[in-house]
Amino acid sequence: MLTILFDGIAYGMLLFILACGLTVTLGLMNFINLAHGAFAMAGGYVTVVMMNRYGISFYWCLPAAFLVSALIGLLLERTLYQWLYQASHLDQVLFSIGIVFMAIAATDYFMGGQQQLINLPPELSGRMDVFGVGIGRYRLFTIIICAVLAVALQLILSKTRFGSRLRAAVDDRRVAMGLGINVPLVFALTFAFGSGLAGLGGAMGAEILGLDPNFPLKFMIYFLIVVSVGGTSTVSGPFLAALLLGIADVAGKYYVPAIGPFVIYALMIVMLIVRPNGLFSRGGR
Amino acid sequence: MLNRRTLMVAAGVALGCLAAMPAAAQETVKIGLILPMTGPFASTGRQVSAGAKTFMAMKGDTVAGKKIELIIRDDAGTADQTRRIAQELVVNDGAKVLAGFGLTPLAMAVAPVATQAKIPSVVMAAGTASITKASEFITRTSGTLPQYSLPVGTWAAENKIKKVVTLVSDYGPGIDAEKWFTKEFKAKGGEIVEAVRVPLANPDFAPFLQRVRDAKPDAVFVFLPSGAGSLFMKQFADRGLADAGIKLIATGDVTDDDILNSMGKPAIGTITGHFYATAHDSPENKAYVAAFKKANADMRPNFMSVGGYDGMALIYAALEKTKGDVTGPAFMAAVKGLSWTSPRGPVSIDPDTRDIIQNIYMREVKDVNGELQNVEFQTFKALKDPEKAEAK
Repeated sequence: MLTILFDGIAYGMLLFILACGLTVTLGLMNFINLAHGAFAMAGGYVTVVMMNRYGISFYWCLPAAFLVSALIGLLLERTLYQWLYQASHLDQVLFSIGIVFMAIAATDYFMGGQQQLINLPPELSGRMDVFGVGIGRYRLFTIIICAVLAVALQLILSKTRFGSRLRAAVDDRRVAMGLGINVPLVFALTFAFGSGLAGLGGAMGAEILGLDPNFPLKFMIYFLIVVSVGGTSTVSGPFLAALLLGIADVAGKYYVPAIGPFVIYALMIVMLIVRPNGLFSRGGR
Repeated sequence: MLNRRTLMVAAGVALGCLAAMPAAAQETVKIGLILPMTGPFASTGRQVSAGAKTFMAMKGDTVAGKKIELIIRDDAGTADQTRRIAQELVVNDGAKVLAGFGLTPLAMAVAPVATQAKIPSVVMAAGTASITKASEFITRTSGTLPQYSLPVGTWAAENKIKKVVTLVSDYGPGIDAEKWFTKEFKAKGGEIVEAVRVPLANPDFAPFLQRVRDAKPDAVFVFLPSGAGSLFMKQFADRGLADAGIKLIATGDVTDDDILNSMGKPAIGTITGHFYATAHDSPENKAYVAAFKKANADMRPNFMSVGGYDGMALIYAALEKTKGDVTGPAFMAAVKGLSWTSPRGPVSIDPDTRDIIQNIYMREVKDVNGELQNVEFQTFKALKDPEKAEAK
C-alpha cells in the first residue's frame, strides 16, 4: 500500500519535472509549445551518450542534460520561436508539432530507433526496506531532486526580481517594455530554463520511462494533462496535479489492472469539469 | 561550344546504353521488401533488411538464371501505408514477391493484395499465429508466438516451478503468448496465480511489478515487444523481485540480442525460449554472424535479422525449384515442404499451413567473454505452430 503510494509520488514528481517547463512557456509566455518533449528527449540522449560512450558519472550527466537542453532551447527561441509569439495558437501548434517530427527523425537517424538504456551507479539501484515499506533508491532520489526543484522554482517566480519581471512581461508586454524591462531577453532566458528543466526530466526519466526517438510524442499527452489539470498560472497547481495523476495512475494500475490505463483520463475529465481553469486558477480568467 | 558538344555526345552514349541494357541483361525478379524503417519499430526494419542483404551478399544476386533485385520500402509501422506500398510495388514496380512485414497488423493489411494479385508474400518478422490463415499466398520465416511460448511452459513445469504470474502486452501477440503458455503449463500441473496484461504504450511498470511481487509466485512469465522488454528487465531487478525468489522466464523478445548487451547485470540468469540466438553454435550461424557484422559493425544480428535472412533463403530455394517461375501458384507450390539449414538450425515449411517448422531453444542469459549472450541449454525439436495444429 505505502509502496504503491511511494511509487506514485515518484512517478508524479517525474511528470512534474518533465511538464513544468511547459507550464512556464504555456502559462507564462502564452506559447503552445508541443515540442516540449523534444527538449526532454535531448536531455535524455545527452545522458545516454555521456554515460555509455564516454563513461561519465550519472551525477555529472544531470546538470549537463540541463545545460545542453537549455542551450538548444535558447538557440531555437532566438532563431525560430520568437517570431511566433504574436502568431495565432494554431500556427504555434503546427510549428511546434513540426519540430517534434523533425526531432524524431533526426534522433532516429543519428542514434537509431532502439530503446536506449543507462546503467545507474550502484548506490542508486535496488531498493531498501524502511519500516517494512519497500522503497526504490532511484525513486527516492527522483523525489528529492524534484521536490527541491519545485520549491526553488516557486521561490524564483514569486520572490526574485527576475520572477517579477517575467510576470510583468507576461501580463502586459508593452508596459513592461516601457518600464525598461528587456522583454525578449526575459522570454529567451525563461524559455531556455523551461527547456533545461525538460532536459533534466528526460535525463532522470530515461531509467523509469525509457527513451527512444518517439519519446516526445509518447509523453506529449501526459505533459498536456498535467498542465491542463494543474492550470498554467502557478507552479503549485501543476505540481499537485502531477502528484495526483502519478498516484492515481500507479494505484489504478495496481488495484484494477483491467481498467488501470483509463483512470488517469477519467480523472482528467472530472477535474476539467469541476475546475475548468485548473486546480488553482486565479479566478475568472 | 566544345563543352556543349561533349555533353551531347555523352548524353547520346548514355541514352544508347540505357536502350541497350534491358536487352543485354538477364531477366530480373523484383522483390518488394516492406518494413518499418522509421518510427517506433525501426529497429525491426533495420534488422530484417540487414539480414536479407547479408543473405544476398553471401549467396550472390542470381538464382535459376534470374537476377534478384531488392526494393526496400518504408511503411513506418502503419498498416494503411503497408497496403498502399504493397499495391504500388505490385502494380507500378512489377514486384513478383513481397516480403518483410514487421508487425501483425501490417502483414494482415497485405493479405488481400497477396490473394488478389496472386503474389507470394513472405512474412519475415510478425508473429501472431493467424497471419498465414489470411491468404494462401502467405508464408512465414520468423516464428509464431504460440510456437515459442508453449515450450517455455513445458520447461517451467518440468523445473519445479509451481505458481506463475503471467505478464504480457495487451495486444495480439501478447494474448497468443499468454494463452499458450498458460495452456501448456496448466496441462503439466502448474498453477497460474494471476494474469496481468499491460497496455502496449506503458511508460512505467511499477504498479504491475508490485502486483506480481505481492502475488508471491515462483516465477513470472513475460512477453513484451523488445524495446519495452529491456525497460521491464531493469525495473524487475530494481524492485528486488529476483531477491524475493521470483524467477523471470520469458519469450526471447524480452532478451532481444540487439539490445541485450546494454541491459547489463539485471538480465543475467533470465530464462527465455526462442528460435534464434546470436550465440547459437553452428558453422552456418558463425558464417552468418561474421558476414552480418562485416556489413553492420555496430549491430548484433537478432531473431528478426535471421527471419529476413531465411526469407531470402526461402525465395531463392523456391525459385530454384520452379526453375525461375515466379507466378504465384507455382511459387507457393514450391514453397510447401521446403527445408534447409538456417543459421538457427534446421527449418522447413509446413506444407499444410505454409508456416515455419523449427527448433525452439531454451536459453539462459550469461556473461560470455564480457558480452551478455543468450546461451542455449535445451532444444525442443521441429515444433509446428500449435494453434494451427490444434485447429485441425
